[in-house]
Amino acid sequence: MPSEVTVRVNGVTVSVPAGATVAVAMVIAGQPCRTSVTGEVRGPLCGMGICFECRATVNGLPHSRTCQLLCEPDMEVKMDE
Amino acid sequence: MNNYSRERFDVLVVGGGPAGIAAAVRAAETAARVGIVDEDVTTGGQIWRGGPSGGKHSSEASRWLEQLKKAGVIELCGKRVFHYPEAGILMAEGLNDIWELSYRNLVLATGARERFLPFPGWTLQNVMGAGGLQALVKSGLPIRGKRVVVAGSGPLLLAVASYLRKHGAEIPLICEQASWSQLARFATKLIRFPEKIRQGLQLRRDIAGIPLAASSWPVAAHGKGTLEAAIISRTGKSETVKCDYLACGFHLVPNSELPILLGCRTRNGYVQVNDFQQTTVDGVLCAGEPTGIGGVDLALVEGQIAGLAATGRTSEALALFSKRERFRRFARLLDETFCLCSELRTLPSGDTLICRCEDVPYSRLREHTSWRAAKLHTRCGMGPCQGRICGPATQFLFKWNPDSVRPPVFPARVAHLAAQPQSIPEVTGEIQ
Repeated sequence: MPSEVTVRVNGVTVSVPAGATVAVAMVIAGQPCRTSVTGEVRGPLCGMGICFECRATVNGLPHSRTCQLLCEPDMEVKMDE
Repeated sequence: MNNYSRERFDVLVVGGGPAGIAAAVRAAETAARVGIVDEDVTTGGQIWRGGPSGGKHSSEASRWLEQLKKAGVIELCGKRVFHYPEAGILMAEGLNDIWELSYRNLVLATGARERFLPFPGWTLQNVMGAGGLQALVKSGLPIRGKRVVVAGSGPLLLAVASYLRKHGAEIPLICEQASWSQLARFATKLIRFPEKIRQGLQLRRDIAGIPLAASSWPVAAHGKGTLEAAIISRTGKSETVKCDYLACGFHLVPNSELPILLGCRTRNGYVQVNDFQQTTVDGVLCAGEPTGIGGVDLALVEGQIAGLAATGRTSEALALFSKRERFRRFARLLDETFCLCSELRTLPSGDTLICRCEDVPYSRLREHTSWRAAKLHTRCGMGPCQGRICGPATQFLFKWNPDSVRPPVFPARVAHLAAQPQSIPEVTGEIQ
């Protein structure tokens, strides 16, 4: 098993340790996960799938809770609008 | 249509933390089919979370996790229970799959979450829960060389500070809202709990040299989109601490939404159980944090009692009662020590968002007199988290009582909501 996985977050390529969650990739990339209803950018808060702040579009699937999703090679992650 | 599967259990456990694992292991000693469902990618819960930087498990954690593997328990990870269509059935969803889980006995071990209190700037990126940041670091977030202010309340703060420092973080300050006199009283009473003293002394060694401030809390977080500094009120004096992360959680609140949806009665927010961990709903038991915030030791004992009671082994369960009583005394001590001081109610300013899902500011909430009125008029608590974050906050800020819980207990995909058990004529994937 490779020790690192490469994914794209809002167009930025980022390498993360194998087994890392998508939320981790987004924080490493310095990218927000979503835009709030009044336009604030947000990142993870609870880290355990409760707060829904880290939801993003993963491989085309919107509203994915990225803190409970592992990175897979070449995953395409985009901020939820 | 996504994959639809049916599973039938003698004992089904919801929640894969220590309480759930203990319940499943003990139940599987005599029950034929025991299942455990958890929304995370592996079992272990928050406290025994694995991941790339999860580190080595304690011997106790390894022992339980190994027993779970050996016990023949069916593990359904990455599945979230979202609906209770009828007695004896729960619906769960994964990314592309729906599960109809029927059970004879159900053990709810849904754990706890951090309590978040709003202050100006708390919605900035890199302001996170204390346990929240720890979870991300365990899941692979590099923390070496980062400055992290750890703040809030409860023993979790020390554990998080210790963990983060071991992984290379610099911790300029730990802020605990409780006062020194409360903490001193806690320390004196710890003498009755030898195993906790050991843990406490170890923690003290681990965090040696990190300044710990009592009666202290963040009053604001500053930064442009992302956090740059925390403003701390330290025993009444304000100081600015530059940091990369502010890890802030005010002790824990129970995840009682699913128990309430099932009709379990609660008292002071906790699920009411009898000596055998049975709730007020027939065939539904509850163990761990939802019955009272007591930590891993209490969770393991309650879980075992629930697992034994669910399989009719009352005399074996009885043998664990005195142990449970001791850990319950510890839970009460936690409650007394880390109860929130009233000054924390003054943290939000008018434009501080209280509901992060619907972006409802404090100024729009304070004119209302109940949670329900606030929901109806402002949409507070009506976003995807369904009030899990702002509910406990408004309960503290305004003394509002939470509402009833309605299905789905978590937002679910429309296709999954439509897939009620009655409406599915064919079973596509029964697993035996």
